[in-house]
Amino acid sequence: MIVGSQKPFPEIWEMVRGFKKVLVFGCNTCVAICHAGGAKEAEIIATMLRMKAAEEGVALEADHLAVQRHCEPEYFDPVIEQVRGYDLVLSTACGVGVNFLTQRIGTVPVYPGINTSFYGAVPAAGVFVELCAGCGNCILHLTGGICPIARCSKSLMNGPCGGTDKGKCEVGKEIDCAWYLIVERMRELGRLERLAEIQPPRNWSTARDGGPKRIVLEHIVAEEAEAKK
Amino acid sequence: MSLKSGSNLERVLASGQPAVTGELGPPMSADPAEVVHKAHQLKGFCDAANITDCQTAVVRISSIAAAVVAAREGLEPVMQMTCRDRNRIAMQADLLGASALGVKNCLCIAGDHQSFGKAGKLLGHPGAKNVYDVDTVQLVGIMKKMRDEGLQQGGDKLQVAPKFLIGASWTPLGDPMDFRPINLKKKVDAGADFIQTQGIYDVELFRSQMKKAADLGCFEHTAMLAGIIVPKSAMMLKYMDASVSGITVPPELIARMAKAKEAAGDDKKKMKELQEAEGIKIAVELIKQVLDIPGVKGVHVMAIEWESALEPIVKAAGLHPRPTFANA
Repeated sequence: MIVGSQKPFPEIWEMVRGFKKVLVFGCNTCVAICHAGGAKEAEIIATMLRMKAAEEGVALEADHLAVQRHCEPEYFDPVIEQVRGYDLVLSTACGVGVNFLTQRIGTVPVYPGINTSFYGAVPAAGVFVELCAGCGNCILHLTGGICPIARCSKSLMNGPCGGTDKGKCEVGKEIDCAWYLIVERMRELGRLERLAEIQPPRNWSTARDGGPKRIVLEHIVAEEAEAKK
Repeated sequence: MSLKSGSNLERVLASGQPAVTGELGPPMSADPAEVVHKAHQLKGFCDAANITDCQTAVVRISSIAAAVVAAREGLEPVMQMTCRDRNRIAMQADLLGASALGVKNCLCIAGDHQSFGKAGKLLGHPGAKNVYDVDTVQLVGIMKKMRDEGLQQGGDKLQVAPKFLIGASWTPLGDPMDFRPINLKKKVDAGADFIQTQGIYDVELFRSQMKKAADLGCFEHTAMLAGIIVPKSAMMLKYMDASVSGITVPPELIARMAKAKEAAGDDKKKMKELQEAEGIKIAVELIKQVLDIPGVKGVHVMAIEWESALEPIVKAAGLHPRPTFANA
């Protein structure tokens, strides 16, 4: 899932200040699971905005709304006319949602209510950890299912740096050294010798370095075109 | 004999005599005077000196520029290059540039994470973006491909190849310890001509790691220079033991330093003098012990912000005068 966390309220207020009619627009998928931007959080932010406006003595109408997903039009198209009726949409979806809504909303600005942080999992209630970098060239079969691109602070490909200490990363004691985990896992799998192979310089063009990415499934595009005929 | 780089360090290693490298940290200043001063302190007491590349992620005179300044003063540089600050385009451009300026030794290292720059009174640049386009093993391979095949990493031909003696670092006592010899083997297989280690205090543990590395065939074409960090005080030894990755200090060494400190009573100046004298003694003993380990071809002496310590150390270790070569 995509993990995010709410922006500090003063930052949100700075964005919203000056607008008269604001919709806090939540997304009920990933960002709801991480308690950052689902319907409940959208409602809380709208309430806080109204309270802050009253405290500052400024006129502000702040409503909230949420749909299941912001990354596919079928979910927000049914409410798009309602959404267009505001001066500002404060989206609490991930960055994908903010960008996508911006492309379809017309002249209403869409601002981010959360910081989109990473692709992660939920090992325990209230804990979210980054496990994938979306680099477009997966090598997890070489590293025991543990990603050195996302989980090593230096994205090293050939083993740990000199900074690992008691299984922890030099950047912080709360960060597991990915290479420590990889070595342990490969040992467990009886495949430690695979780590002796030199991994050559990577082709990063499949990651952000290659420019914005796009995947087109031609057969589906063709089927859609056929159906429309 | 055909040499890969023709550097003084390579000549010493080829001669079979134990090599000595030192270390020179460039200043946070546009004034080269400190590099010149340190170069004079190190010159004649080591075969080459590492020029660190923005160590602890602090902005300093670049390793290339400081290497050239040191070379002008007659100190052969080992230019360090971290993977933190440059992508492969900048790395190869800098390698061509360094070679064009006469630098002949280069040590590849991952580099301290940029978060290290904010420490004590320093603000650093913890918000900097790091690069890590390639890692140390890959950088070693790139340098070897440039030198031996005259090719860039991408495959384009170089008109003239840079001739470096290629170095890499090794943390033999770092976690996970049983992987460290394999890690070293990868650097060796990628093309490292010499290796410098993290500071060694636990000689027996180092000896056992060296044995494992030797069994993997690490030392057939690669020279191992054991790292010696000259201890200045009991506090420094305790700190390194507790907080520096890959360093363990046997309690008896810490006790020796503590004893030297106690012998000074309340006299602060004497406390410093006695501990420094003991530190030099410890460094000399460590040098003798590591040079006895099969595979060790020299020592990398790090007298951090204490360059003047190198002279008494190499003299007491019987490593002075340093070898000279007629046509160097």
